[in-house]
Amino acid sequence: MSDPIEIHGLVKSFGNFRALDGLDLSVASGEVHGFLGPNGSGKSTTIRVLLGLLRSSGGTVRLLGGDPWADAATLHRRLAYVPGDVTLWPNLTGGEVIDLLGRLRGGLDEGRRATLIERFELDPSKKGRTYSKGNRQKVALIAALASDVELLLLDEPTSGLDPLMEAVFQQCVEDFRADGGTVLLSSHILAEVERLCDRVSIIRTGRVVESGTLSGLRHLTRTTVRAETRRRVEGLDDLAGLHDLLVDGHRVAFEVDTPEIGAALAVLQQAGISTLSATPPTLEELFLRHYGDDLAEAGEPRR
Amino acid sequence: MIGTGLLLRHYLRRDRWMLLAWSVGIAMLYVSQAVSVEGLYATQGEFDTAAAAMQSNAAFVAMAGPARALNTVGGQVAWQATAFGAITAGLMSMFLVVRHTRAEEESGRDEMLRAAAIGRRATTVATMMLALIANLMAGALVTLSLVAVSLATQDSVALGLGVAAVGMVFASAALLAAQLTSSPRAAYGITGAVIGASYVLRAIGDVGWPVLSWLSPIGWYQSIHAFSGLRWWPLVLLILAAAGVSTAALWTFGRRDHGAGVFAARPGPARASGFLSTPLGLAWRLQRGGVVGWTVGLFLTGLAYGSLGSGVGDLLGDSATTEEMFVRGGADLVKGFYATAILMLALLSCGYAISSAMRPRHEEASGLLEVLLATGLSRTRWLAVQVLLTVSGTCLVVVSSGLGLGMGYTLAADDPTTGATYLLATVPYVAPVLVLSAIARLLYGLAPRLTSLAWAGLVFAFVVMLFGGVFRMPQWLQDLSPFHHLAATPAEDFRWQPFGALALLAAMTSAVGQVLFRRRDLEVR
Repeated sequence: MSDPIEIHGLVKSFGNFRALDGLDLSVASGEVHGFLGPNGSGKSTTIRVLLGLLRSSGGTVRLLGGDPWADAATLHRRLAYVPGDVTLWPNLTGGEVIDLLGRLRGGLDEGRRATLIERFELDPSKKGRTYSKGNRQKVALIAALASDVELLLLDEPTSGLDPLMEAVFQQCVEDFRADGGTVLLSSHILAEVERLCDRVSIIRTGRVVESGTLSGLRHLTRTTVRAETRRRVEGLDDLAGLHDLLVDGHRVAFEVDTPEIGAALAVLQQAGISTLSATPPTLEELFLRHYGDDLAEAGEPRR
Repeated sequence: MIGTGLLLRHYLRRDRWMLLAWSVGIAMLYVSQAVSVEGLYATQGEFDTAAAAMQSNAAFVAMAGPARALNTVGGQVAWQATAFGAITAGLMSMFLVVRHTRAEEESGRDEMLRAAAIGRRATTVATMMLALIANLMAGALVTLSLVAVSLATQDSVALGLGVAAVGMVFASAALLAAQLTSSPRAAYGITGAVIGASYVLRAIGDVGWPVLSWLSPIGWYQSIHAFSGLRWWPLVLLILAAAGVSTAALWTFGRRDHGAGVFAARPGPARASGFLSTPLGLAWRLQRGGVVGWTVGLFLTGLAYGSLGSGVGDLLGDSATTEEMFVRGGADLVKGFYATAILMLALLSCGYAISSAMRPRHEEASGLLEVLLATGLSRTRWLAVQVLLTVSGTCLVVVSSGLGLGMGYTLAADDPTTGATYLLATVPYVAPVLVLSAIARLLYGLAPRLTSLAWAGLVFAFVVMLFGGVFRMPQWLQDLSPFHHLAATPAEDFRWQPFGALALLAAMTSAVGQVLFRRRDLEVR
């Protein structure tokens, strides 16, 4: 079976502006795939092309084995979408919207609908115009999670949710994956991505610049090492892939390209290690590195 | 009150074109009466005869106002323009006020503004100042344009001041309505009802129960008796009323929470009915208010025309120019008059047909469509359902106007057979009305932002109907109006070809719009 989402060389232009510039993305069946990138980098545009709301200007896009533009309605019965800024009809209640969206997707699981309303603590009898931002998100999330679908397209779905509801959401996504579902999750909440996602793609100016498992991505970056040694350390300067070395008597701190970490530790060992800490980069650091590149290109000092 | 000036400048900038269009439109309403009456009657004797006939017709008095000095140009302007001028100024004020108060509050923008270093009442006060500027501008244009066609200066000033004052009364009513309810739509509804009631109260009052006219701001405005023994004091009533209602609105504003109305929003059903969960059910739920409102409104308008009965002959007299303006089709004066009345009803029905065809644009711009189309609902089907609702709603509105016309005529003339003929004569007008609404759909398919241009088609059709003959517009220009091709029923016999051709044109235009929509990007935020 082919992957639920396969995108190769996707281009989308709005007039002269190239929002997507040869984007590649593949999401395998049964995985939760994190989709990261700065504001305006093209995440929402990608998702809207996948939904057939926008027509691609070039490249190939396959969604659940079909063409997202031509087979939109048929494919949509197998997926659910939650935008980051949910608008509701002002004179329809939340409960009515959940039913409406669910039935238009081809059916709601009644039991799950009731459970989700309870877990998310939503009052379904309030009119759309009276919900707060977080409650509007809940309406769309419940409608999506209560539908019988195999793919979730979530575009910053938890914006406006409180931490308690954020935890409920994460639990729901894990349940969904446990049942064999696939998720594309665009998010700025890196803790959420770190907890939920099997693989991550980072997008910048309409192109995916990094893609892989979290550990794989970490492998591409530097690990921060701090150590205290019994003797003075010799020979770190000559080591390839070592950066920002600070030596203070018997204490050293440096960053090292993760593949070179073994060599660095061997040098430390010669000096006799008394304490050692090695911190892999957080997702935030991964992410900031790509922001950092943006800043560098714009002529700002590199962080 | 800090920040009021800043906000007012911002509002003026946002609304500058709208203000200009409204005030020029209101001034046109007055001055066009003067211009068209000027050339209508060849001799003063002819004018006197027509005036006498108009004066004695209760239905015309009910539609326009108390009949005074109708054999002068000034008297005609005061008679024919004041009621509709007041309504237009009222609508302008209503849109301005609700747009900057309750609608801003619902959208959340108001919250952002009020969190800035501005006074609590700044947005409200700035809005009322904006309404005052708009109404004074409209009034000034009315005065200037009437003076420009050499009408008496004092009376022209009174008419201009009066329309501004009555506009401010409705602006205050809108401000109060915006405090009472938490939804902009309901605020529009309440204000619209106030304007409508003011018109109806004075209509009944002018015909027989004068005391009722004194309950209506429009009645006060007309009681200044411009061009027929001007008196200024009713203007004081209008100004006092505007000040009083504004004060009450501000008082209420000071006592309610942000975002809330005096009437609390009620909870609704926690589950959707089976019908609501279908595309058609959803579309109906969102548009039913409009369908019902327009159907009732056009029915009543038809009833008003119909109740003129068979007495329209006396009213029109035998002036050749009057006939040219009011009568279509030739043969029979009464039937010719009703052919014009039906055309008028059909043009009014376009208001529904075009606004309904513009609903999809609203759904798309607000982001609702994006979520909807991400479900199993296809674009084609979604738009097809919208079209179905627009088309059937249009049929309903047009037929109900005919029903009102037929019933009114039957009641007034005690002639059900002719009444039924007039009902049937209305039906073919569904076709040209649908052509205008299909143009809106074509524009929507091309690019959503173009959709409002469809109103230009209606304005053009109105101009051709009202002035095409009088101004001797070239034939090819008149032919561009879809209404111009239809047989002028009931004065002429119904002809299939133009009806069929228009219906086909409407269907094809709509189909092209629907195909274009299927092929374009959705406009997303």
